[in-house]
Amino acid sequence: MIALDEIDRALIRALSEDLGANAGALGRALGLSQPACWRRIKRLREAGVFRGARLDLDAQALGFGVTVFLGVKLATKGRVSLEDFERAVSAIPEVQTVEHVLGLYDYRLRVVARDISDFERVLRRRIMTLPGVGNLDANVLLSEERRPGPI
Amino acid sequence: MLDDVDRRILRQYQAAPELAASDLAERAGVTPSTLTRRLALMRQKGVLRGVRGVIDWRVLGYEVEVSLRVTLDKTQARAFDDFIAAAREVPEVLEIQTFLGQVDVRLSVIARDMGHYQQLYRERLLTLPHIADIEALMHVARVKGQETLPL
Repeated sequence: MIALDEIDRALIRALSEDLGANAGALGRALGLSQPACWRRIKRLREAGVFRGARLDLDAQALGFGVTVFLGVKLATKGRVSLEDFERAVSAIPEVQTVEHVLGLYDYRLRVVARDISDFERVLRRRIMTLPGVGNLDANVLLSEERRPGPI
Repeated sequence: MLDDVDRRILRQYQAAPELAASDLAERAGVTPSTLTRRLALMRQKGVLRGVRGVIDWRVLGYEVEVSLRVTLDKTQARAFDDFIAAAREVPEVLEIQTFLGQVDVRLSVIARDMGHYQQLYRERLLTLPHIADIEALMHVARVKGQETLPL
């Protein structure tokens, strides 16, 4: 585990908001020289503190009015290969995230669609036809808030 | 509204948010100056809100991730507001989502280990106001997580 001081934490917070932030400007805000700030960012990046970058887009403005979370229970555990299911579900463009979970469901999917009838199309044609799908539980997203986390 | 060029740029940008501008322009089939102008316009319109660094919490020592699905006591008029305001006070809560469906609110929570989770659950989460029912999904693996839009 990587050791972090207060400046590292402030940098992680800033980069989680804007990964492309300029090292000079960030450094000035934190009382660091540009090279010192750059070295810290490099160390954090090399330690793998960020698993990637995400474009924050206004889905609504881009015509995606509906987000649905689906809980999926596999019907025939043991007979269906998890790899086959995971490969097939990951290939669906409207499926944004696939998480393998333990509990009431086996997988949790985040699905975007233009509207409810578009969602119905994705559900019927693409998701219900996946190998091994059993029970489905759908919840339509109304609001979403991402928090900075314990940093 | 966006045209095909904007969509092409966003599609390529989503797939590789850290690509150098010149490479991104080439992949999107536009000149670097067009790319700069289009991205600036999309930022101005609020379609593109930014490029966020996605923190790998495991690298920071958080091994446990749980999705808590909460049903609220809707006889309380302020159930949603009170619950969400209190959930914001828990640093380990990464996401707060509200739904139309069986589940009212979902919290994404991280913890250092099971002991830490147990403590959080008892002391900070079960004590949140107006909970009627709560159920947990333990995160096992992230199969797909880029959260891209099918542009």
